Amino acid sequence: MLISLDHITKTYTGDAGPIVAVDDVSVSVEAGEFVAVVGPSGCGKTTLLLVAGGLLRPENGEVSIDGTDPYSLSGEQRARFRAEQIGFVFQQFHLVPYLNVLDNVMAPALVTGETSARERAGILVERFGLADRLGHRPGQLSTGERQRVALARALLNEPRVILADEPTGNLDGDNSEQVLQALKTFADEGGAVLLVTHDPDAVAFAGRQVVLQGGQLASSES
Amino acid sequence: MKISRLVVQEIAHRFVNFVLAVIGVSIAVACLVASVTMIDAGEIQSQKLVAEGKTESERLVAKREKEVKDAGKQLNDEMRKITKGLGFNIVVLAEDEDIAAFHAEGTPTRTMPQEYVDRLAKSPIVVINHLLPIVTKKVEWAEEKQTIVLTGTRGEVPQAHRDPKKPLLDLVPKGKVVLGYRLHHPRKLKPGSKLTINGRELEVVKCHPERGSVDDVTAWVNLEEAQEMLDMENLVNAILALECNCATVDRIAEIRGEIAKVLPGTQILERGRKALARAEARNKAKKTAEASLKAARTSGEQMIASRQANADQMIASRKAQANVLVPLAVVGSFAWIVLLAVGNARQRRGEIGILRAIGMGSRDVLVLFLGKALLVGLAGGAIGYIVGYLVGTGYSGPIDQSLFDLNWLLTALLMAPALSAAATWLPALVAAGQDPAVVLQEQ
Repeated sequence: MLISLDHITKTYTGDAGPIVAVDDVSVSVEAGEFVAVVGPSGCGKTTLLLVAGGLLRPENGEVSIDGTDPYSLSGEQRARFRAEQIGFVFQQFHLVPYLNVLDNVMAPALVTGETSARERAGILVERFGLADRLGHRPGQLSTGERQRVALARALLNEPRVILADEPTGNLDGDNSEQVLQALKTFADEGGAVLLVTHDPDAVAFAGRQVVLQGGQLASSES
Repeated sequence: MKISRLVVQEIAHRFVNFVLAVIGVSIAVACLVASVTMIDAGEIQSQKLVAEGKTESERLVAKREKEVKDAGKQLNDEMRKITKGLGFNIVVLAEDEDIAAFHAEGTPTRTMPQEYVDRLAKSPIVVINHLLPIVTKKVEWAEEKQTIVLTGTRGEVPQAHRDPKKPLLDLVPKGKVVLGYRLHHPRKLKPGSKLTINGRELEVVKCHPERGSVDDVTAWVNLEEAQEMLDMENLVNAILALECNCATVDRIAEIRGEIAKVLPGTQILERGRKALARAEARNKAKKTAEASLKAARTSGEQMIASRQANADQMIASRKAQANVLVPLAVVGSFAWIVLLAVGNARQRRGEIGILRAIGMGSRDVLVLFLGKALLVGLAGGAIGYIVGYLVGTGYSGPIDQSLFDLNWLLTALLMAPALSAAATWLPALVAAGQDPAVVLQEQ
């Protein structure tokens, strides 16, 4: 089991009082599995993804990524754990605006300091059709190219898990398909993908979908 | 990729922010360096001014010393010449001389052996200088039916222990006579004229101008001739001497003491106070010269002190300005960098969020911000030093020596990054501590 979220509860404290974003949700993703989390806006999809990514500590429940509870680690250890084990892909891409394509792809190597990162980055940009864009900055790229850069960045450290939050939300059909296909390939090669999406086409790439409703698990079906 | 590349890339991307921060640091460093440079320049200028003042003062004092010395020498010479006309200030008389009669008559009447003069001359006595033995007597000039004073003199007797001095009175050669005014004037006698005094034919060698004293009725002849004419062979009436080494108040007692050791039983009289007055005048002149020199030295010292005081005041003024300006500039620069760093951290919120999400630790985020701050400080320190140095030297005017100070350059290059890093520290901590989940959810 690469991703195990067991009875996760996460509450936000707002002006109107506590809001339960995720309420006793359990989800697990095996190696080679592509799971889509769907549901209406505000149902807790992104919160669940952040909890799984070791970015948001839940009040209750246990998180395990490839057998390690990231919240049992110190802040610095958890950061390194994320860099080594988890790839993130977001709707807004979140590229560093002043780094070119190659440097953005290599950003996770800042933490790991691997010398082979450049070589892998070269392979990834080639794979995602960005070889002729190496020196360009995000502002000079199309949205599809930006998301492919983000995808390449997520794969740089050869993580076991990819957590993707609406990665096709800003993309056209072709680019969406390209990204989703890349995620599916990652899963097919033995990784685990947890995809949060509204996009029915994206769900079609997933082997299983988990439906959240009001912060609770509504259904889980293949 | 390393964090340093990220730092450099970010600086290049937000160059205006970097430049503004560098300007802030530069201003603070420039204020400090300019102040220090101006103070250093002031101290150098002050030392130069004071040194010039000392040289000038020493030159003036040396010039004054020379003038005083020359004037003193000239005065001494003139005094010596004047002495000839003033007469002697002591007279050694025979033991049995009636002093009251001597004062009444103006001439001595008793005699003592001429050998006394030689004894005195050979003695190591130091309080008298010029010895002139005389024989003198009021006589009737038979040929002219006039009472005159006949004085025999042999000129100065050299003192054995002294270097020979120029004689103060010329020796009257045998067969010659020197006449006072009342003797030559009525008879229209001139040097070369012949006359006879009590049967002895003499030739006039000198005619004195009117002195208004007994000298006007005196005829000076050779001592031996006078002794023969007066029937006073090997006798003298008096030994005239000029005291010059003794300027004490009780000078006569001192001279008496000295002479009594050589010629016991003789009497010593002081004749007139002209010589004493002259000695006093010389002393006075010497004191005046010394006072003048002292005044010149004091004036020089005052000039130096004044220059030093002005320079000290200028330096103190510059220090006072620096004491206000530098802290203000540092505090202003610090606040400016804090503002820029806060703005930068806010601007980079999303970027930091994603970097944290993909594994960058809070320590790395701190390094990211502080690395930039150090570069800002280094650039600001270097530029600030150059600007401050140029402003400082430009404001101070021309200086002979370089004001470049490696220590201050190193201080600027160390302190400016420290200032920049300190100002960035809090915003960097806030950025490093932000929750990436919150940032990602916001976006």
